[in-house]
Amino acid sequence: MRKHRQALKNARQEMHTFRVRSLVAVCLVILLTGALMARLVYLQVVQHEVYITRSENNRVRVEPLPPTRGLIFDRNGELLAENRPTYNLTLVRERVEDIDATLTLLIDLLDLPEAEIEAFRERSRQRQRPYQPALLMSDLSEEQIARLAINRYRLPGVEVEAQLLRYYPDAEIMSHALGFVGRINAEELKELDSGNYAGTHFIGKTGIERYYEKELHGQAGLRKVETNARGRVLRELGRTDPVPGQNLTLTLDKDLQSLAVDLMDGRRGSIVAIAPQTGEILAMVSTPGFNSNQFVTGIDVASYRALQNNIDLPLFNRATRGHYPAGSTVKPFMALSGLIEGEITPSETIYDPGYFQLPNDSRRYRNWLRWGHGKVDMERAITVSNNTYFYSLAHELGIDAINEHMHQFGFGERVTQDVYGESTGLMPSREWKRARFNQPWYPGETLSVGIGQGYLQVTPLQLATATAVLANRGHWVKPRLAKRIGDAPVPVNLPGTKDDITIEKPQWWQDIYAGMENVLSGREGTARRAGQGLEYRMGGKSGTAQVFSLGQDEKYNAEELAERLRDHALFVAFAPVDDPQIAISVVVENAGGGSSHASYLARDMADAWLLGDEGDEPASDESQGGDA
Amino acid sequence: MALNDLTYSLRGRPVRPPESGMSRRKSLWARIHLDPWLLLLLLVLMGAGLLVLYSASGQNMAVVQAQATRLGVALVGMLILAQFSPATLMRWTPLAYGGTLLMLIAVEVMGDVGMGAQRWLVIPGVMRFQPSELMKLAMPMMVAAYLGRRQLPPRLPDLMVCGVILAVPVGLIARQPDLGTSLLVASAAVFVVLLAGLSWRFIVFFAALIASALPLLWMNMHAYQRQRVLTFLNPESDPLGAGWNIIQSTTAIGSGGVFGKGWLEGTQSQLEFLPERHTDFIVAVLGEEFGLVGMLLVLCLYLLIVGRGLWLANGAQDSFGRLLAGSIILTFFIYVFVNVGMVSGILPVVGVPLPLVSYGGTSSVTLMAGFGILMAIHSHRRLLPR
Repeated sequence: MRKHRQALKNARQEMHTFRVRSLVAVCLVILLTGALMARLVYLQVVQHEVYITRSENNRVRVEPLPPTRGLIFDRNGELLAENRPTYNLTLVRERVEDIDATLTLLIDLLDLPEAEIEAFRERSRQRQRPYQPALLMSDLSEEQIARLAINRYRLPGVEVEAQLLRYYPDAEIMSHALGFVGRINAEELKELDSGNYAGTHFIGKTGIERYYEKELHGQAGLRKVETNARGRVLRELGRTDPVPGQNLTLTLDKDLQSLAVDLMDGRRGSIVAIAPQTGEILAMVSTPGFNSNQFVTGIDVASYRALQNNIDLPLFNRATRGHYPAGSTVKPFMALSGLIEGEITPSETIYDPGYFQLPNDSRRYRNWLRWGHGKVDMERAITVSNNTYFYSLAHELGIDAINEHMHQFGFGERVTQDVYGESTGLMPSREWKRARFNQPWYPGETLSVGIGQGYLQVTPLQLATATAVLANRGHWVKPRLAKRIGDAPVPVNLPGTKDDITIEKPQWWQDIYAGMENVLSGREGTARRAGQGLEYRMGGKSGTAQVFSLGQDEKYNAEELAERLRDHALFVAFAPVDDPQIAISVVVENAGGGSSHASYLARDMADAWLLGDEGDEPASDESQGGDA
Repeated sequence: MALNDLTYSLRGRPVRPPESGMSRRKSLWARIHLDPWLLLLLLVLMGAGLLVLYSASGQNMAVVQAQATRLGVALVGMLILAQFSPATLMRWTPLAYGGTLLMLIAVEVMGDVGMGAQRWLVIPGVMRFQPSELMKLAMPMMVAAYLGRRQLPPRLPDLMVCGVILAVPVGLIARQPDLGTSLLVASAAVFVVLLAGLSWRFIVFFAALIASALPLLWMNMHAYQRQRVLTFLNPESDPLGAGWNIIQSTTAIGSGGVFGKGWLEGTQSQLEFLPERHTDFIVAVLGEEFGLVGMLLVLCLYLLIVGRGLWLANGAQDSFGRLLAGSIILTFFIYVFVNVGMVSGILPVVGVPLPLVSYGGTSSVTLMAGFGILMAIHSHRRLLPR
């Protein structure tokens, strides 16, 4: 009872205390608010005259100083991307009185073609931060500048400003590898750190320019300037200098890149070359290319449509995004998977009657040589590109093991450190097929994958990477395009690099290499003509990718098919065998047999790199009984 | 559990029909546990805020829409929190405090992993938020829950415990470094203790202690924080650097005069003189475009909100509710005072937004959640004969 009374008394006591304290709080709140109000009265009444004058004379402006974009060099210091001084037309909406009249006058003065007018008007509407100049047109001609200067009094809010503009001296051969910069669009504007990009009009859109945007861009500075009543700058009050972007030195070799383009000779396809021991990408070509300079200033509608609708897809980067069946180029990798799994040894032989049959299945999976190769061991199977051997091996391995080991070489995933927008290709698996078609995996499909057909899709970049890893005895170095950022070497093998591939007996690497060397140098090699007169040891493997599947027992006749239905020719190669300096993948679309075309290109690339030949005329191209 | 705490079905109808006969009909407001007067004041404030924001953002409708969306979310948050009874809140308090503390530690650790100044915790794809923001509510809840169970006025051992409850999170937040938030969190805790009836002798003693600790604080400040204080003392010393904001914002306010230059007409704020003009410095836009009249109206609106809040707090029936409600509302006032003070140049610049007006989502949500708790404390009272 007493306790209860005590509690009640306490409760009342506490309530009372709280009431007193909150009254004190109210007094304090009023006091502090009074202080604020007094301050405001002082500022807005007593000192009003001072501040109104100050604000009217406040002709101080903050102007961003955009940093200079870093230059891009090839491995030998050849300039691949520079900045040219140009004049741009900019407009600050808030300073324009009659926007429509101004635009009409500008269109008239600039003498814009009909097709460009809409885009021009559109750019003036793009959302900017208030008082930020919007870029209406870059790279003005002398005449346009002169006309604008004469009419300047009629154009308040319009400025002609000098700006550095990205320029690619070797745009045609570098377009896909380098990528390009373009005008910042509305979506990018939302993502950007607006402070750092104030005054910058361009941003990396693809390739190296995109991947290393941060490093190339640098840090914006700003200056505070005093202006007259019409907004013209009178003097500078202070400035923070911008930090220019860092220069980038690439691993690419311009000469090799340019040779690769020459070798493709206008055909569709791709050549990728990688230095196996360092992961440096020496050449990465997708043909046809395009002139990336057109994209910097904004490409005109007609040219863009022409590029888009071009049947040869010049804007498509085949090296990183082109999906091709690997064809017989997968056979060395298949052989290695067999060795790892213990399904084969190099000396084991099979007898090839010209076809392979699954148990309890009458269907014949044919070798490309109808009467068969007879007794074949691993080395010979690679050299003559025997299908029967690899059907049998694929059947024994099964799709799960094949999938696992192909992934070790990077098939089916992104393999590089800094190539923007690379595709994963497709390394099929049971789960994939279930998800994609809702069907089980059939044994026959394993056989197709075993000779690089069926669902398996690889990119030229993946093929070159896998070949580099193979040449490097299973040691992974992530391929990369950047050698140095500023003066600092780009670190290799960042976390996330794949584990090295280990096999039981190191000798087995040599056995695989022997088979690949014979492809070029052996009596039975599928590419022995391209291998004539080799001055170093080179290993290779040809491949043919069917553009469509041939029916059972149908005669294949290249002439009867339209050129675009012909097989793609593939070749992978590396050299020298005992100290690999270069690994190459070549894809020539619709060329016919791989041995007959792609192999010459690979040979010329290796010659150029190892012997310093600038590549004589490509060796003659004669059809030479293809492989499957 | 309060007697009139009916469980409601999803439709909002009472599951148990109210006892027939003498049961008093509750108003709609009491049913949804909101206080109509406070809600009205808050809505008026938000409306005025959006108007100013439209001007301050350079007439950017996208910014205004984003802010309106956030305020909508904040209102929903307030409605949800208003449904909890104080008893429930008190039960959850230790968990809320502990959880927030863990998040603060997580942020601290992640910051060490090399994310620079780290205040955000990101739940990928869901949201990112500042745990320090949650502390603004968890802190007064914890101190009020602790003191609510003890004999008041608090004695020295109780104060020690409160000191620990306060020091750990505030230390973590100050390290981030986020001076504004750590100040608000600390003051939220201090208000609870003061309202609990801390004896005046102690108050004088602590004030003296703080005054003597100032040099120590000075030694431990980040360089940029010191710079801010120095600049505040003499903005003209660095007219292009740290003093820039203050010079420009006082110029903006002063040039507004008695009636202001008119909506969207402010030259200072429309030009790019004010770097943070739609966040912490939005008052400058208000002062320039609406003048002294506009400023006084907004300040009076804040005063009314604080007054109503304290009134509600006084109606609470237990110490926990009273102390928490009082602390929430006084902290709200501190926001206003510090923000207006720094923009008009009588306080150093610490990053404190103008509540419910500055552009920014997290602070609005926390503030409105606080008002939700306040309303909950008020509307879940037992009906006692007066």
